[in-house]
Order: sequence, then structure tokens, then C-alpha cells
Amino acid sequence: MDKQRRKFLKIAGATALAGVSAPAVVKLTSTPSFASSGQEAAADAGQSDGHGEKAPTGIRYGMVIDMRKLYGNQELIDKAIDACHTVHNVPHFDNKQNEIKWIWKTPFANAFVEHSSYHSSKITTDNDFAVLCNHCDNPPCVRVCPTKATFQMENGIVAMDYHRCIGCRFCMMGCPYGARSFNWFNPRDHIETYNPDFPTRTRGVVEKCNFCAERLPLGKEPACVEALKDSRALVFGDLNDPHSEIRQVLDKEPTIQRKPSLGTKPSIFYIV
Amino acid sequence: MIEKALKGKPAYWMWLAILGVFVAIGAVCYLRQFVYGLGLTGMGRDISWGLYISQFTFLVGVAAGGLMLVLPYYVHDYKAFGRITILGEFLAIAAILMCLMFIMADLGQPLRGLNMILHPTPNSMLFWDMVVLLGYLTLNIICGWVILTAERKQVKPPKWVYIFVYISIPFAVSIHTVTAMLYCGLPGRHFWLTAITAPRFLASAFAAGPALIVLACLIMKRVANFDAGKEAISKITTIIMYATIINGFFVLLEFFVGYYSQIPGHMHSLEYLFFGLEHHGETYNNLVPFMWTFVLFCLGGLGLLAYGKIKDKLSDGLVGAACAMIFLGLYLDKGLGFVLGGLVVNPLNQVVEYYPTANEIGITLGIWAAGFFVLTLLYKIALGVEHEVEG
Repeated sequence: MDKQRRKFLKIAGATALAGVSAPAVVKLTSTPSFASSGQEAAADAGQSDGHGEKAPTGIRYGMVIDMRKLYGNQELIDKAIDACHTVHNVPHFDNKQNEIKWIWKTPFANAFVEHSSYHSSKITTDNDFAVLCNHCDNPPCVRVCPTKATFQMENGIVAMDYHRCIGCRFCMMGCPYGARSFNWFNPRDHIETYNPDFPTRTRGVVEKCNFCAERLPLGKEPACVEALKDSRALVFGDLNDPHSEIRQVLDKEPTIQRKPSLGTKPSIFYIV
Repeated sequence: MIEKALKGKPAYWMWLAILGVFVAIGAVCYLRQFVYGLGLTGMGRDISWGLYISQFTFLVGVAAGGLMLVLPYYVHDYKAFGRITILGEFLAIAAILMCLMFIMADLGQPLRGLNMILHPTPNSMLFWDMVVLLGYLTLNIICGWVILTAERKQVKPPKWVYIFVYISIPFAVSIHTVTAMLYCGLPGRHFWLTAITAPRFLASAFAAGPALIVLACLIMKRVANFDAGKEAISKITTIIMYATIINGFFVLLEFFVGYYSQIPGHMHSLEYLFFGLEHHGETYNNLVPFMWTFVLFCLGGLGLLAYGKIKDKLSDGLVGAACAMIFLGLYLDKGLGFVLGGLVVNPLNQVVEYYPTANEIGITLGIWAAGFFVLTLLYKIALGVEHEVEG
């Protein structure tokens, strides 16, 4: 009698354990591509060595920030910030600690910490630079996320799933650009003008610039680009398309990127 | 065997009651945090990991530290540790429970915690940390319980359990290695981006964990009529000394690399932790006293133990003081300095200091109290069985 009970308990326990772990096992074996498959394919195509850029495949969105047009016109950056933060229901907090920002202004020395600021020109010290998520081609935030709540889309955009994020903030540790913000409080109490076309976030999740992934399919440019349309300070487009406007600019003008030595391959370029 | 935990002297119940009060305070604080959000902590956009994660990191080490008893006994058949290996296994259980509680306290969306299992992501070190922590917890529950049951029945433990014992040895190393990998694989975090992080974690773990076990043994000798044996204590203190020295050696290597290479990013965190970091005319130094306490406590603890060993005067008081100093010292090093020091300079080269809030400290103390509550119950059971067998 007692032995049978023991046997039953053993089987019950084993079954429960199998039940709990089954989803993990199924997921692990059924998804062939937990690494970025697009990149792997490119590597197979022959250009696998770490130095030259890989053969481009598909679309990869990027942006050029032409600072020459923003020197002395710093209010334009504010305009871009406002446009972005209004469109995306980014909450406003007064203190730096709880601040949430998708695109913001910062001095050259903070934006380009790897570049020397010694005897830098007056124009670069007098002006702030616009910084945002770099939508890296090799994003550390995606690598460290334990739930795939942040992921790379096929067009190169590094996006967030606010419903899956558990709020561990590992991505904030991984991002070398400080591009990510966490909702320490309920953000809905701090939205100044509510835009019903874009979801608000819940407390306890990370958020950041999404390169307006929701606007692109509608044929619109990112909100910041659109806001500065007249000045042509921001150029957005496909880095893999040799005929795109952004490629024309990149082919002509010398540009720099933030922290290139880390191998993240940012998609944001600056003309200083 | 659980009934052993239900009988005790008034002092036992008093101790549990005191811990219970802290657990209750922690629970109330957590409820507040659960309702209002992590905004109730001192963390922010720049220092987005704080007290919770740093406690977690330290406690993973405490859990791994039990290895220093298990390995000599099971692999080298070092008989003197026979009575206390169970203490190492039970400490690991309590420490990992604390780790899991600290992780849950740190999540912005704790109710979504299962996403870690529903959407497993092998490229994330946090996923692997969960795997090895749960594995190590299970192994210790199995080994500890089966071996203690066998001891109670005064029979040899079943052969199959030794498989789990031997698996638990590399697992102990893995939990702290993977925890180190949470930090040392992040680009742009200079202080953490060093291959010595994992060895340093292990060295400090192999000192801090055994130091806590020695303290527990000394306390139980006074209050619970349990003697670990002179030889065992003496041998553990030797292990603690070596591990503390190796940890110190690794810290000095960090200093060499930072200050000889003169790469600013490699010096900033050390400067902030030990001397105060000057930045735009302001000095940031809120951890300096703690870090020098770490240095003094480790040196002091080592000095006491060395004195005791050379003069052959390893009294309980001396060992207790030394182990308390080393445990606290290493706590300050890893449970405070390592995580916060690595975050003080943000990716945009701005310096931000972190101060935990009262609510955050309340939760932290509550989790520590909960861990010690579990540890007390487990040790009570272990001792109850030993007394039953002997008596």
C-alpha cells in the first residue's frame, strides 16, 4: 500500500516536472533561429571575416545627422525631440533619475566619449548633439535580453515588445549608448499630450527609440525626420540601397559614429 | 524530519521571531513597491541596477562557497568535514532562495517572470543563470535531504545520490561563473569587462561562504551543543585564508591593469571606489569608506588567523572575529562595490551616485531575514538528526 503510494507520488512528480519544463524544451528545439539568421546567411555567402562589412542583404534602415545644419539652430533638435515624444506618448519626468527619453541633446564630449575633446572647435563645444538609439547591426541589448522582448526586425530596426518585457533592465546594462529608459513609475500619469495612435507603456518595462517602425509601413518618415524636413538635417533611409538618399550623403560626406570600436555597428551617422 | 524544526528552546523561537519581524517589514515594503513601482528605489536611468542585484551577486557566491566543504569530503575523502558538509549544502539552499527573491524584487514586471521559461533565450546569460541556479538548488535539496535521511536511519546513503553530489561540484563553479558572465560580457562597461571577473568571484565566494559556515558552527557550538571539531574548523580557516589572499591578488591585478595602462575607463571605477572620482569639479566618493573597510577587514581577518595558526592559539573567539571580518569585508567588496562601482560612470561619461531608499533597504533586510529564517530551520533539522543519532 505504502509502496504504491510512493510510486504514484514519484510518477506524479515526474509528470509535473515534465509539464513545467515542456514549453522550454519545445521552444528550444523547434526554433531553428535564435541567432539572427539573416546575418548568418550573409556570413555563409562568403564575407565572413571580421574586418570588411558583410555583403548587404535586405533593407537596413539608418540615419545621418548633419550637425552642420543644427549648429546654432539648436531649437531644431528640441523640435525633433518634441515631435518624437509626442507621437510616441513618451512620459515627462522632471528629475533626471526617472527620466524617459527616446532622443535627446547632449554635448559632444558625452555623445562621443571615444573621441578626443581636447582643443575641440568652438562650434562643437558650444552646440549639443542629438543622440538616440543606434539601431546597431550587432546589438548587445538584443544579445542579453532573456525573453526576446527586444529584437531585431528584418529591416534592421531594434524593436521592443512591451508586453513581453519583464523589466530586468539587462538591456540597459548591455547598451553602450545609454539609449534605453525604464518606466520606474506608471508612465500614463506623466503623458502631456496623448496620441491615441500609439500605445502607451505600462510601469516596469524598458523603452527606447523604435525608428518609427509603426510609421514606416504607412509611408511616413520617422517623426524626428519629418519635423526637421525643411532643414534637411536628418536623412533617413536604406543603408543597403546604393541609390537611396542616405547612401548618396554617406558616399559624399565624411561621417563618424559613436563608439565604433565596440563592434556594435551603429546605423546612425554624424556629419560633424 | 521536519518535526525537528518544531521543537526548540525559547532562544530558538526568539531568534525566529526576530527574523520574522524583519520578514514582515520586508513584505510590507515589497507590497508598497509592487503597487507603486520600482520608482520607490534609489535606482534610476543611469544606475539601473542597485542593491537587489548586488546582493544577488554576493549571495550566489555564498551558495557556491559550500563547495569548499563538499569537494574535500566527497572527492578527497577528507573525513573531518563529515559532520559539516550538510551545513554547506543547506547554506546553498538558503542562499539560492535569497538570490531568487532578490531577482524577483528587482523585476519591473514580476508577474511576467515566467517569460524566462516560456521564451527561453540561450544567447542571454540571464537565461543560463536561471538554469544553473535552479539546477544547483535542486541538486542541493536532493543531496542534502537524502544524505541526512540516510544518516538518521544510520545506513549508507544510496549509491545514486553520489551521482548528484558529483554533478553538484561543477554546478557550484558554474553558478558563479555564469553570474560573472552577466557582467563581464557587456561592451562599454569597463570595470566589468575583464576576464578576471569570474575567477575573482569564485575566490571571494570560496572565502565568504565557508566564513559564514564557520560562524554558524561557532554559534551552534554555544547554543545548540554542536561541535564541528577542531580539525575541521582549522582546515576551513586555511581554505578561507587562501581564498581571501587570491581575491586580494586579483584586486591588485585590476589596479595594475587600470593604472599602468592609464586607460581612463579602466581607472574611473577604481578611483571612485577607493579614492573618490573627480568629475567637473565635483568629487564622487560615497563608497570610499566601505571599500577601505573591505581592505582593512580582509587584512585584519587574515592577520588574526595567521596569528592564531602560528602561535597555535586558534580560539573560538579569534576564529569568529576573523571570519566575521572576512565575511563582511568580502560583502562590501562584491555585495556593494562591484556592481555600483561599475555603474558610476554611465555610457555618456556622466557620473551619477546611488543611494538606496528606506523602502529598498527594508526589502533587502527582509529577504536576508527570510534567508536566515530558512537557514535556521534547515540547520535545526540537521542538528536534530545528528543529536538523535548520537544521543
